[in-house]
Amino acid sequence: MISIWFFIGISMLVNGALILAAGIYQLVNPPANPGVVLFNLHANVWWGAALLVFGLIYCIRFAPRRQT
Amino acid sequence: MPAMAMDVPTTRLVHLSAVDVVIIAFYFGLVLAIGFYLRGRAKTGEDFFMAGREMTAWVAGLSFLSANLGALELMGWAGSGYQYGILATHWYWIGAIPAMLFLALVMMPFYYISKTHSVPGYLKLRFGEPSRAVSAVSFAFMTVLMSGVNMFAMAKVMQIVLGWDINFSIWVSSITVAIYVALGGLRSAIFNEVLQFFLIWAGALLIPILGLYEAGGWTNLKMQIAERTSEQYVHLWSGLGSFTSNPMGIHWTGIVFGLGAIISMGYWTTDFLVVQRILAAKDIRSAEMAPIIGAGFKMMVPIIVILPGLLGLAVLPVKLVPESVAAVTGGHSYNDVLPLMLARYCGPGLLGLGITALIAGFMSGMAGNVSAFTTVWTYDIYRPFINSTGSDHHYVNMGRWTTVIGVLISVGTAYLVMQFASIMDYVQALFSFFIAPLFGTVVLGMLWKRATGPGGFWGLLCGTLSSIGMWAWVKLDPSALRYVALSPHAKALAQDMYQALWSFVVCVTVTVVVSLATQPKPYTELTGLVYGLTEVPSIGDVPFYEKPIFWAAVVTGIFILLNIIFW
Repeated sequence: MISIWFFIGISMLVNGALILAAGIYQLVNPPANPGVVLFNLHANVWWGAALLVFGLIYCIRFAPRRQT
Repeated sequence: MPAMAMDVPTTRLVHLSAVDVVIIAFYFGLVLAIGFYLRGRAKTGEDFFMAGREMTAWVAGLSFLSANLGALELMGWAGSGYQYGILATHWYWIGAIPAMLFLALVMMPFYYISKTHSVPGYLKLRFGEPSRAVSAVSFAFMTVLMSGVNMFAMAKVMQIVLGWDINFSIWVSSITVAIYVALGGLRSAIFNEVLQFFLIWAGALLIPILGLYEAGGWTNLKMQIAERTSEQYVHLWSGLGSFTSNPMGIHWTGIVFGLGAIISMGYWTTDFLVVQRILAAKDIRSAEMAPIIGAGFKMMVPIIVILPGLLGLAVLPVKLVPESVAAVTGGHSYNDVLPLMLARYCGPGLLGLGITALIAGFMSGMAGNVSAFTTVWTYDIYRPFINSTGSDHHYVNMGRWTTVIGVLISVGTAYLVMQFASIMDYVQALFSFFIAPLFGTVVLGMLWKRATGPGGFWGLLCGTLSSIGMWAWVKLDPSALRYVALSPHAKALAQDMYQALWSFVVCVTVTVVVSLATQPKPYTELTGLVYGLTEVPSIGDVPFYEKPIFWAAVVTGIFILLNIIFW
């Protein structure tokens, strides 16, 4: 049976990748009006990266083939 | 839960980008995929209704916590954080932690050893059929109504925050929940609750991080709040010496005895919606550890719920107002603070994740209600009173159909609330009537050998009726608040605390008096159900750091420390 933690990993991995991609796009093409406070911190870049790494670790650690 | 009455939609609070919509769509795809995948694992009654009783302590513990971490709770308590300050944290600390530890160490062994499918099922074993009937019917009725009320409230939130059509929100969410619960049963609901737990933290944790950065740290935040409001917004206990010296209008006795000793005990130990998750644990040690793990994380939830409310007090340029005022002026209400903070800090992608977290919280809350309703209907109403000779396969099919019907009743309730908004307040109040007396009945049943069937039944009935009576008294004559809540200054939350306390006292008193006047059950029939007549199975020869009592002590220590730090 596929572990619940694998599904968590998939969710974090995909969400992290999407958020990171959106963040990098905004980093390369800064909007004239960012619309958020503290835009200069580029939270979607580092938060997206953190989620991506977290999800990747969970996906590898709890991949179905590794379940006993 | 603070009432969230939403009257008039205003301009939408946030606008989603394409990547936000993709993130939300991915969530719906993932939960449906989980439901279809788990379909093959829900063939027997134990699988469908009890998730095969094979959940680990971590899965059961996070699911136990998530069942109470719905979107309306998040938004409502963030609003309470803005309205009442750090006092709202009491509902997460003294209003949860002692009760969760009590469930783990004292009550869980009896639930688990009795192998009951539900809380009403335990009442049947301990007090007989009449007590089960009262508890099961009231729980099933109220659970499905609450599900509908929450469905409407969330659809309204989505209309206000995102501008989504109410019908779209109601039908998309309810069809999704009906599919994945009907396919995978409780296991599917639990999986999605654990997923929701991670989504909520991933989606909401940035708000306090960026908010504290903007405010210049905790010390500066406290100073800014004190300047804008008063010192008492950042103190947990020091303003509770009188009803008038704190923003909530409550005395410490209400918090300690009403909230800590009765309401939270009733909710966390006898509300089947949350207890069902623990009953699915794979062994006695996991069943005891699960609420302790839940308690550990519960202490941290104020970081993503109360702290955003406090930050809103300091950094938001607009002043938030009560719902009734916002409805007239078109401004933002207290309950808007979380979406406002989300929109303040979260750009494309992050906003989608935050909204997904709210949707996930709402849907898993509905799934929790529906799965609990399905179990109680099938095992505590349909099987004993309508068809007691069906096969296991028959009851699983009944469970699947009940899931669909339960969702449809919830949808019907949502549309009813849309027509008659005041129903929402009545249903939320009604639900609270059953919690405190039920706790009195269950805890006496577990801890007092002499409690009898008639004692349990009449105690539960009288306690519930007294709670309804006090609520109706204050409704008809508001000046009665001085008697029920001990002060004419008491706010709604304070009234709930004292109402629960008195109904518990009535329940216990009636149970004791009737029990002493009636014939007790032979002790041989109480084995496995009552303290002193039950040998609790050993959790095995495990090192001290794997013992529930060790982690309960750790959680207790942190709990005490936090209360002292924020005194």
